[in-house]
Amino acid sequence: MAAELQPHGGQDSRRRTHIGKRIVVGLDGSVAGRRILKSGRAMARWFGSVRWNSWAFVAPALLLIGFFLVYPTIMTIIRSFFGRGTALFGPTVEFVGLTNWKYVFTNEIMLTSLRNNALWAILFTSCTVGFGLTLAVLLDRVRYEKLAKSIIFIPAAISMVGASIIWKFIYAYKPAHLAQIGVLNAIVVAFGGEPVGWLIQRPWINNLCLIAVGIWIWTGFCMVIFSAAYKNIPRALLEAARIDGAGEWRVFRNIILPLLGPTAGVVATTMVVQVLKIFDIIYVMTNGNYSTEVIANRMYKEMFNYNNYGRASAIAVVLLILIVPFMILNIRRFAAQEGAR
Amino acid sequence: MNLRKAVGRTPLHLVILFFVGIWFLPTLGLLITSFRDPSSVAGSGWWTIFPKLFSGGQFSLQSYVGVVRDQGLGRAFLNSLIISVPATAISTFVASFAAYGFAWMRFTGRRYLFMVVVGLMVIPLQMTFIPVLPIYGKLGLAGTFPGIWLAHTAYGLPLTTYLVHNFMAGIPKDLFDSAAIDGASPFMTFSRIVMPISVPALASVFIFQFLWIWNDLLVGLVYLGALPNVAPLTVSIANLVTNRGQDWELLTAAAFVSMALPLVVFFSLQRYFVRGILAGSVKG
Repeated sequence: MAAELQPHGGQDSRRRTHIGKRIVVGLDGSVAGRRILKSGRAMARWFGSVRWNSWAFVAPALLLIGFFLVYPTIMTIIRSFFGRGTALFGPTVEFVGLTNWKYVFTNEIMLTSLRNNALWAILFTSCTVGFGLTLAVLLDRVRYEKLAKSIIFIPAAISMVGASIIWKFIYAYKPAHLAQIGVLNAIVVAFGGEPVGWLIQRPWINNLCLIAVGIWIWTGFCMVIFSAAYKNIPRALLEAARIDGAGEWRVFRNIILPLLGPTAGVVATTMVVQVLKIFDIIYVMTNGNYSTEVIANRMYKEMFNYNNYGRASAIAVVLLILIVPFMILNIRRFAAQEGAR
Repeated sequence: MNLRKAVGRTPLHLVILFFVGIWFLPTLGLLITSFRDPSSVAGSGWWTIFPKLFSGGQFSLQSYVGVVRDQGLGRAFLNSLIISVPATAISTFVASFAAYGFAWMRFTGRRYLFMVVVGLMVIPLQMTFIPVLPIYGKLGLAGTFPGIWLAHTAYGLPLTTYLVHNFMAGIPKDLFDSAAIDGASPFMTFSRIVMPISVPALASVFIFQFLWIWNDLLVGLVYLGALPNVAPLTVSIANLVTNRGQDWELLTAAAFVSMALPLVVFFSLQRYFVRGILAGSVKG
């Protein structure tokens, strides 16, 4: 790896030989100590190779990450084989084997959650990536690009709780004889229809309505990334194709799209990871009622409403298992990037 | 010719207008509703104000008075600030130390440890609550500000460390060599050279992290719960949705109270914010 070959702090290697020498000089006098000397040298070499200075810089971060992320992850995996209760372990917590796991993959609400998360993953990811890419390319051609981009990005800056209220209001329902205060039902009624309980109509309408909120929040984020990547494409390349007689669609299809491919990969994985963990929107808008449950909200309910840490752990591990491929992907991407540096 | 070109571009403008409309009108509706006279909110849509826009009497600040004074959102706003500012400061600080260590110091396992950090960027936080909560209970950290500062700091560290690392790794090596020749210790190099030139990157990370914590719901719910003296805005507003779900004049005002600060931050510091996003996802 190129990164490994780079000489980092030259100072440090100087210090290592220093410590080594001092110890060697100190032991050199004794005659019987050849062996001791040898192992002593090895020890000194090891001791010198541990860069206390360097560890001091990363230690606070590693301690925090260890306590809040690594240790809990291991314990949660173990806890998923134990029963109910809000203790981590102890006399009140019994070993239940695969009971929680059976629940996770057979219980009806859990199956609904898994289905909904799959629906979210497909629709949310394809729409955020698709809209983001489309907007990045289209907005590059108009003079009010900056203003339009700011407007589309606003939902990404506010909280998902705020965004959920904005949309709950859009979906608001009043009985037919009253004036509608939700925009969507007002439109439906204006065209002569009956008002719809958007968040109650299971299982498709309400889930689609919730997913739309997610798309509304995250499209701006995707657009910003695509836009930066798009502006990196040399204009001359696009002009050359146009002069050669390629239409706009062909330029998009055969030049822009392939060049933005790697970016699309990064954006899509980010979106999938976000969507698997989706929680706020569901918690605020329906709390998982009417077949809108998702994995993260179910986990929260098992943890705090039903005090069942065993089931909650198993549900959390399901999330982890779904996300592990993306962790590996990120690490690989990082390693490749480091290698190129 | 020019006219034909302009006509040909009409569909482009229409498509963009469509998107901008959908992305703008919902927020506008919220804003208008929050400033309407509370008694008229439930009876008519917010768009009905336009025909009689200047006739007066339809606007009031009553909803804001209601949420800030009666629903305790003033306190919640303060709580959100007390949570976000220190947590962001601590995590940016710890992350810049770690980023420097990972980028410019050599030690055994550096590369692998950093890969672990990169992997942990996307770990579901759901994996962490159950083992930490009992410890928090014993230490008396549950429902306290220091408790949530630590949690937010730790949860943000993988991403913030990665972002700052990306910047610091790009600093020319000559700078470190000359610092070493001048006899600067690693700590001096860090505090006198690396930190000052990293200010723009640190600003991006700070803003990014601040908005993340300000907008967070889950971590607040888990470690602070609904205790009114510590609960942040997001948690209080989520409770308001549960208890007063049909009182739209309250909900819209409450939502706007939580959005105001992020909007100010976003519009005044857009450049840094966008840079933070790009550093996190595109190479570099």
